[in-house]
Formats: sequence, C-alpha cells, structure tokens
Amino acid sequence: MAFGSNTLDVSVWRGDADGGKFESFQVPSQESQTILDVVVWIQQKIDPSLAYRYACRVGMCGSCAMSVNGQPRWTCRTHVQKVLRGRRVEIAPLRNLPVIKDLATDMDPFFEKWVRAEGVFHPTLTRNDEIARVSPVDQRRVEADAAVECINCAICYASCDTVQGNPDYLGPAALNRAWTLVNDVKDGKRSSILEAVSQEGGCHNCHSQGSCAKFCPNELSPITSIAGLKRETTKSFFGRG
Amino acid sequence: MMRPHRSHPLWLAYILHRLSGLALAIFLPAHFYVLSLALTAPNDLDGFLHWADKPLVKVAEFGLVFLLAVHFFGGLRLMAFELLAWSKDQKTLAAASVAFSFLIAASFLLRAI
Ligand code: FES
Repeated sequence: MAFGSNTLDVSVWRGDADGGKFESFQVPSQESQTILDVVVWIQQKIDPSLAYRYACRVGMCGSCAMSVNGQPRWTCRTHVQKVLRGRRVEIAPLRNLPVIKDLATDMDPFFEKWVRAEGVFHPTLTRNDEIARVSPVDQRRVEADAAVECINCAICYASCDTVQGNPDYLGPAALNRAWTLVNDVKDGKRSSILEAVSQEGGCHNCHSQGSCAKFCPNELSPITSIAGLKRETTKSFFGRG
Repeated sequence: MMRPHRSHPLWLAYILHRLSGLALAIFLPAHFYVLSLALTAPNDLDGFLHWADKPLVKVAEFGLVFLLAVHFFGGLRLMAFELLAWSKDQKTLAAASVAFSFLIAASFLLRAI
C-alpha cells in the first residue's frame, strides 16, 4: 500500500519469550479508529499470524492492554488520533510480564499474585442465611467502593517500576483487590489478608511512585489502597486493628 | 529521554527523594569528619572554615540546604500520605497552609538579613 497522508505508520513488536523486534506496517487511517482496530486490521489484512488478545472491545474485560508509544493503555478505548506522533505509533506487549507471542503476554504471574495477596473472597455465610446488609454510606464500604471497579487489565502492573525491580512484589492490582476485601464486612479472614500483604513483596514494598493511579484506565487509585493497607497492617502490628 | 510511564509528578517526587537522600548520605561522612576536627585538630578546622567562606562554597551550601529541604519535605509528604487517611480536599488545604506559612516565614527571614 502506498504511504500517503491518510496512512498510519505502525511499528508492532513481533517475537516471543526469547526476544524479538519491531516490524513496520502501513495501515489506512480512519475516523474514530482505536489502537485495537489498527491491530485487528493488520492481523486480518496483512499478517494473520499476529498474536494479541481482546474480548469485549468496550473497556470491560481488561484483556486488550498493550504498551502504546511506551505507555500502557487499554487499546480498545485508546483513539489513534490521541496518541499519534506525526503519522507514527508504536505498539508493544505490556511491560513486566513474560511475552507469549507478539502482543500477547502471559498473565499467570499477575493472577498468581492476586491469590498470594489473599485477594479471594472468604465467605462466612451460606445460601441459607439472610443476605448481610451493608450500608452504602458505611466508611469501610466507601473505601471499598473507590477500589472495586478493577478490570484486571494489568496496566498498573506494567507501569510500576517497583514490580520491575522486584519480581516478588505483589503489585498494585493484587494489593488493591486485597484492600477491597479488608474493607468488606462480609469477608471472614481480614487478619489473614493483612498477614498476606505484609509478607516480603507485600504492601510495604510500594515506593509510592503513583504510576498505577496515573495510568489506571478506570481512574482507580491503587496507590491510595496500598497506603490504606500500610496503615491497617501497621495498626495490627501494634495490636490495634 | 524520560520513559513515558515515568513522566508524572509523583514519580518525579519519588526520584527527587531518592537522589537527595543518596546525596545527603554521601555528604554525611565528610560532615562528621569536619566536626571531629574540632576535637582532634582545631587548627585544621579553622583553616577549613576560612576556606568555606569562599563564595563558591557558599553556593554549594545552598545546594546542600536545598537537598535537605527536599528530602525533609518529601519524607513528610510520604508519611502524611501513607499514615493519615485524609481526603483530597484535606490534603490540598494542608499543602496550601504549609506553602503559606513558608511564604510568611521566608519574608520574615528576608527582612531580618
Ligand atoms: S477488549 Fe475488553 S477492555 Fe479492551
């Protein structure tokens, strides 16, 4: 295809766990085009072997995150026009996660850390019990509310230099999830969660760089959740929580 | 070039805090050494203090005080952020009042010298 003024010059990272390099593609520019549209176009029209991941296309499932011009973004909700540099855009897999192939990363280490952070609900009631009532204005409910809309996209995880520097670090998403459960009055294992997040690699590893909050597409603030965990674990350390 | 995921104020605050801390740590042994001269070699200390009166050293001193201030307030910022569950408005008010008192104190200082 000829390289014209309505053509995008797209660099896409190709490779696998052993390494790779950027490959250049010419893609016709369209109105309201997203980065995911561009990737899909390349795979459907030029190279069917391009690997990437998406599902919902509407910013709900969190599976389409990639690094766009060096910054982690949800590609289905990122307009090309917003990130274009001249006619150029560079698309790569998320940082801090092993690459499976091309733009698809292995999310296993990310979700394993959710489990390590006790980011799983610990029920206390059965289906035969009354549903527990939680007032929407209850302080703990308000804290949890601010953090529950996570779509597990791993953008915070990819943007965090502490994750990069310490492979053991649980990372912003897992800790944010743990914080919602610490504030859930229906969760039966508050102290186990606090225990889990104060281990090595836990919340006290956070250096408050704030990239998680800066880049979270849902405008959550994991850094604030982690600060909450730091406070609660400190209190429980001194026997007051 | 700055990596794109780092170009925001909180990351800059982080790196400033780190670097100022490092620089202060490197400076400290020299500081203690000079202080110890008061006991071990008072004449050398006098010589040093004389040297330290030079304008260039004065400018360097400014840098040192700047590092100390950056590190001190960076630390206070972190402790406030992590230990006080303040709302956004409370934080803005607190920062504004600190900046305001700083302004008043600095203007008094300028009048005094
Ligand atoms: S494809 Fe589901 S969030 Fe982008």
